[in-house]
Amino acid sequence: MTALIGEAAAEVGAEARSTGSRTRGPRTSTRRSRRVRYALTVLAFLLPSAVPLLLFVLGPMVAAAWISLTEWNLLAPAEWVGFENYANLLTDPETADVFLHTLYYIVGYLPLVYVGGLAIALALNTALRGRTVLRGVYFLPVITSWIVVALVWRWLLNPSNGVVNTVLAWFGIDGPGWWTDPAWAMPSIILASAWKDLGFVMVILLAGLQAIDPELLDAARVDGAGWWRRLFSVTLPLLSPATFFVIVISLINGFQVFDQVYAMTGGGPGGATQVVVQQIYDLTFRYGKAGEASALSWLLFVVILAVTVIQIRGQRKWVNYG
Amino acid sequence: MAETTLAPTTARTGGIRRRTDAARAALARSVVLHVVMVLGALAMFFPFYWTVVTSLTPGSGLSSTPSLIPADASLEAYQRLFADLPFARVVGNSLLLATITTLAQLFTSATAAYAFSRLPFRGRTVVFGIYLATMMIPLQVLVVPLFAELRAWGLVDTYLGALLPTLAAAFGVFLLRQAMNQVPFELDEAAALDGAGHFRIFWTVILPNIRPALATLAVFAFMGSWNSFLWPLVVLRSPELQTLPVALAGLQGQYTTQWDIVMAGSVVSILPMLAIYLFAQKYVIQGVANTGLK
Repeated sequence: MTALIGEAAAEVGAEARSTGSRTRGPRTSTRRSRRVRYALTVLAFLLPSAVPLLLFVLGPMVAAAWISLTEWNLLAPAEWVGFENYANLLTDPETADVFLHTLYYIVGYLPLVYVGGLAIALALNTALRGRTVLRGVYFLPVITSWIVVALVWRWLLNPSNGVVNTVLAWFGIDGPGWWTDPAWAMPSIILASAWKDLGFVMVILLAGLQAIDPELLDAARVDGAGWWRRLFSVTLPLLSPATFFVIVISLINGFQVFDQVYAMTGGGPGGATQVVVQQIYDLTFRYGKAGEASALSWLLFVVILAVTVIQIRGQRKWVNYG
Repeated sequence: MAETTLAPTTARTGGIRRRTDAARAALARSVVLHVVMVLGALAMFFPFYWTVVTSLTPGSGLSSTPSLIPADASLEAYQRLFADLPFARVVGNSLLLATITTLAQLFTSATAAYAFSRLPFRGRTVVFGIYLATMMIPLQVLVVPLFAELRAWGLVDTYLGALLPTLAAAFGVFLLRQAMNQVPFELDEAAALDGAGHFRIFWTVILPNIRPALATLAVFAFMGSWNSFLWPLVVLRSPELQTLPVALAGLQGQYTTQWDIVMAGSVVSILPMLAIYLFAQKYVIQGVANTGLK
């Protein structure tokens, strides 16, 4: 419907413009109608995206703030409780737990994908034979869905007859229970996630590496700098914008980790991998506490926003935009 | 690593003997690097291989680990997948939703990008800022009110309910605006002199000039929809309306130990994306690389 109106308005606008360029009469009525038609043109181009964004992003965002101030089980009418949900969340030790589990995920995941992605990017940035094919293979997990990644790794890390423990057994190692063991469940999720995202980080860092002027590295080499020295004194400082981007995006995504947790452990065993979003989902759809869930989701949003703003503020100290 | 093959002959200072030593060392390093990278690629690829092998080994997981090369490969798991479950329907649902989402996002992103690139109006910077800000809002914050909203409209458990929130995305607007800004304004002016209005300029001048960006967005929109989980999980309840990721997650609960069936479902879910990826690899990788640079 909006699209139809939009098209009609756009045609009117186009007409206005073309007639406007032919007849030069500066009569105020034509000028005004031209302005109206231009405004209609602008609206015609904007509304197809503005209406969905208003209805399905900005509107619900505001609604979530309101819901977070109520007690609501999705069925009975919502009951106004003020800031009680926030007060409950902030005093509930479970809240600290779910944030700590999320942090555990991030702290394990980020160094793994960054160092791994950087190593692969550095190697692919040399005159390697078959680098396009290699890059394609390393990138392959990125296009796979989190659910498939979770299922495949559940199977690879199956405690009884998964391939990883089978291979470990060949060497006489008694493999751990992986996602069935509270101590190993989060490492299992981290491993699967790093496998999926390694290629993404690699491509971003590779693009950053290719933007570095080779003459700078040559100059460092002539000055007698070895490989490690050149990496830390030339490459990494020049790569800092790409590194910054990887860290910002990884933290935003890391705080929102859900799909792979849901499919690999569902937050278990014994709540060992209960992350923030899993908690939001459970509060809403299992315990009928939509108000508390909305409060937690706003809390999460504020944390993500704060972390992102702090990074943008802090980037001046270490990010080098040449 | 970096200098092994790129370095010309910086060993000029030494004699011929030293140069051949250096060349030999460089060659050795290059061979080691190639071997390591190929082994790494094999390790990265192994989970995919193992998924396929498992899906072809009937009874996997019940008692045994499949062998690396299946002795008697069988498509039994695939047959059961499509016979016991409405799996063909599920694949169809995912295809339908992903296709409509992709077309809708191409349309809504391109029109908005044109406004932000070519149609100056008061407050444009602010409006564009609001668009970008919507990228920061996590889906989790929206899930509860979105669910309530669509339930009030009677759209829970319908295709429309799954589709509506995916019709527009600020990421696409951002990507296409960036591409449109690189199309020379002289082209519009020439078309305008020929009497073309904005709609015609948009369609015949701008869009043909940003085809690579449109391809990138198409792949990302399709992939986003094909792989999306949380929203379809929440809004689609009936088994015959479910999408692949949701059905796969359910499959796992249903066939806890029958890994051949779960892996067959995973293979079915990977294949279409793999086909698109092989076809449009350049646009996917370029798209990711560009998001990092801007």
